[in-house]
Formats: sequence, structure tokens, C-alpha cells
Amino acid sequence: MTAAAQPQVRVRPLGPRIGRGLKPVVFVVLLTPAVWLTYALLTGQLDGDVVKILEIDTGTLALRTLAFTLLITPLRKLTGWAWLATYRRMLGLFVFFYATMHMMVYFGLDLELRFDEIWTSILKRPYITIGMLSWLILVPLAITSLSAIAKKLGGARWKKLHQLTYVVAITATTHYLWAVKKDTFWPLVYFAVFAALLLSRFVERRRSRVPER
Amino acid sequence: MLIRRNRIEPPSSEITPEQEYLNRRQFLGVVGSIGAISATGALTEAMLGGLQSAGAQQPSDAITDEAKVTSYNNYYEFGTDKEDPKANSQQFRARPWSVKIEGLARKTGNMPLDNFLAPSKVQDRTYRFRCVEAWSAVIPWRGIPLADVIRRAEPLPSAKYIEMATLYDPARMPGQRARTIDWPYLEGLRLDEALHPLAFLATGMYGKTLPNQNGAPLRLVVPWKYGFKNIKAIVSIKFTDKPSNTTWMRAAPDEYGFYANVNPAVDHPRWSQARERKLGDILRKPTAMFNGYSEVASLYGGMDLRRNF
Repeated sequence: MTAAAQPQVRVRPLGPRIGRGLKPVVFVVLLTPAVWLTYALLTGQLDGDVVKILEIDTGTLALRTLAFTLLITPLRKLTGWAWLATYRRMLGLFVFFYATMHMMVYFGLDLELRFDEIWTSILKRPYITIGMLSWLILVPLAITSLSAIAKKLGGARWKKLHQLTYVVAITATTHYLWAVKKDTFWPLVYFAVFAALLLSRFVERRRSRVPER
Repeated sequence: MLIRRNRIEPPSSEITPEQEYLNRRQFLGVVGSIGAISATGALTEAMLGGLQSAGAQQPSDAITDEAKVTSYNNYYEFGTDKEDPKANSQQFRARPWSVKIEGLARKTGNMPLDNFLAPSKVQDRTYRFRCVEAWSAVIPWRGIPLADVIRRAEPLPSAKYIEMATLYDPARMPGQRARTIDWPYLEGLRLDEALHPLAFLATGMYGKTLPNQNGAPLRLVVPWKYGFKNIKAIVSIKFTDKPSNTTWMRAAPDEYGFYANVNPAVDHPRWSQARERKLGDILRKPTAMFNGYSEVASLYGGMDLRRNF
């Protein structure tokens, strides 16, 4: 098989125009839970321990979006849809958005901005410490997602910095695991998903290292 | 600082008076209306104060909506998520049912539930409920005093504790098919705690039969203790001379103790117990020692409640 013949074999039901055109739709889809949760909170539609529900929902949203962010590259390589790469920044920023909302709900609504309790929780409760750490790692990633700053940083350094996303995947899931008591099913599912996503990169890297024949 | 807050820990017997709590609300309303907001803490609370006046915050003694109490439950026998018990317990049949009295008592044996309950007159009692996860509710229960049942069993002088068990039947309780915790669920009380007039066995709530997700047909209610002590779907009461090694003590000994008395001064390792959020509310209110049931304090005279958490 010749190298030139290979791309033509690939099926491409989604062209780059449609792929990029769907971006506003994806944006709305990702924003909808935040709008709904705010609306539900203000109109008293969350049944039960409302702030706890907000915490769980915003935290899971951040983790899910992170999983989708990390899925883009393997998916792009699998399908050959180059336009998928343009979604990475938007998804990554949504991870930061939901992680920030999650943290604000905890400090603002759960601890009601009692600074002594905020301080105690960060220093004394390991699941908060590692959650806080996860958010802090996301900050430079969000800042350097601006094109101008990314350019200034240079491709190689930017790439290296943004590999911290893998670290966040692990610390954020550990935060989730330590936050629950015995119902560890979902944290372990997230661990498995992230492990698969990280492993796919490792395999890919090893394969690309093999010299072409 | 705009909001009065106790910087010094109150003595364990002191309960924050209702009026003080309500005054705080009024004060917040004033703060919000004049817009004199300087501290960020006050900003958030003032905004939430507005929510409260819109009805999103209830008085602390108001009975919690039945819908909230029946749809937000910790009952791992039917799943670990709060919505699971309601969703997964609708097929559960709580009759026929029998309760086994065993151990150090004269009148032991298996008894149909109706015979077990019959000699006592059914009472209605509205209790505060405080979950160890720092949420709370006010629930009208229906049932009989636990002391009645204990006395009818005629415990031997050597009996110092009771241990209760939840039904173990994975076919009827789908949550038991997973090994989330050790089954069956076990809870225990010291005999004098069990004999305290506040200790209650509920067969109903909100004037109706107990819903499956709330522990039908028979559950314990010890309102001065954290919610997990209130064992559901009870099938046995055993008189012993040793404290039970309860389910949650085995699952997480650093987090859950035998006594599990509501105590705002002793934090759970993962969160503070100083304040609680009533189901449906957004703001927290202070948690009272023994959940406000100071009449039980004499049961724990001389005990270090920080160690015996």
C-alpha cells in the first residue's frame, strides 16, 4: 500500500466545515447545565440538600468535560478529523469554568465564606487540599489558552505546560474518591476512563517512535 | 464585621436560641436593603438573605416537606445515591414482617410485627433529624417508644447494650448485591440510651405508613444522634453485654463512632459539624449539642465526648 492511497480509504462523514460549524451548538450544550443549575437553585427546584447537589453536579460536570477534552486527540487520530483539534480550547475552558463554579459553590455556599472554615478545610482535609491543587493547576492552563499568550510561550513550552492536564485528571479524580465515603463506584469509573485515555497516548507515542520502513 | 458570630465555642450544653437565629435573618434583611455591604461574607449572605425572604429558607422548627424527606435518603440497601432508595424500593414488600428478640433477655423469640407492636399505644412525635453529612430535617413520626419493647423483653441484669439488624435479603434489597458496606446493617445503643423516653421505633411518618425508602416497616429514631444510628427495616433486637461493632464503625472507624451523638464541637474528618443545612434551604443554621435534646445530657455525664464520638 502506498502512503498516498491511505487517506482516501478513510471515511469522512463529517467534513471540516460542518465540524467547525457545530462549535456554537457544542458551546450551548456545555453551558446549558450551568444555566439550568442556577435557575433551579434560584427557583427552589433542587430537592434535598441543595448545595450538596450543586457541588456534586458541578464537580461531575468538570470531570466529564475533562474526559471529553482528553478524548479529542485520540479521536482525531482515529478518525482523521483534523478540525476536532479546534475544540480542545473550548472544552478545556469549560473544565476550568465548572471547576471554578464547583469551588465557588463549596467556599461560597457550603462554607458560606467563613474564612476560618475555608482555611481549615484546605489545610486539614486531604480531599479539599488535592481539589484545591487541581484547580490551581488549571489556572495557568486557562490563562495560556489565550492565543497571544500561547504564541509568546512558544509551541514546545505550551505543549509541555498543558501536559499538566494529565496531572489534573489524576488529582481531580483522587479528590472525588476521597470526598465520598463508601460509594466509590463512580470515582473508580473516572479513574478507569482517564487511565484508558492516558494509556492511549502512551501507546501512540511508542508507536510513533518506531522508525518508518 | 456585619454578622454576629460566636468566636468562642459555646459550652456543649448550650443551644443557640431560636430567636437569635431569627434576629440574624432580620439583620441580614436590613443589611441587604440598605446595600451597606462591605465584607464578601456579608455580600453572599445578604444575597442569600434575599432568597430566604423569597421563601427559599424556612424557619428552623417548620416541618420539612414530605416530598423532600421521602426523596433524599441514605439507605445503601437500595443504592448509594440519595435518589436511589426511592427509585429502587417501590417493589419492596414490607409485610409480612417479624422481629426477633434475642440475647440476654427473658422473653426472646421471633414475633410477627403486629404482635410486637400491639401492646403499645401508637404515638405521634415530631423530631429534629440531623444527618452526619450536616443536613437536617424536621419530621413527624408515628410509632411506639423503644423502652416499651425493651421492657417487654425483660432484659437480664447482664444486658448492657442492644444491637439491631436490618433485613439482609439481596433479592429484595438490590443494593445488598454490591459489597459497599458489610451486610446486614448493624446498629447499637447502650441499654440506658435505648430506655430513654426520646428513643422511638417508627412505623409511620406524616400521618401515614412508613414509606419503603424511609425504612418500612420498622425503624429506629434517636433524635439526639446522627441519622445513621436510626437503623431501618429492623428484623432483630439483640441484648448483649458488649457494644455492637456497628456497620459504620467497621467501614470507617475514624469517621463514625458508637455514640454518634450530634455534637457541633467535634468535626467529622471531612467536614465541620458546627452548622447544618435543612433540606431545601440554602443557608446553614447552627447545630445544637445533642441536636437540641439537652435532656439526654445526663446519659453522658463525665464522658469525653470528643473521644467517644
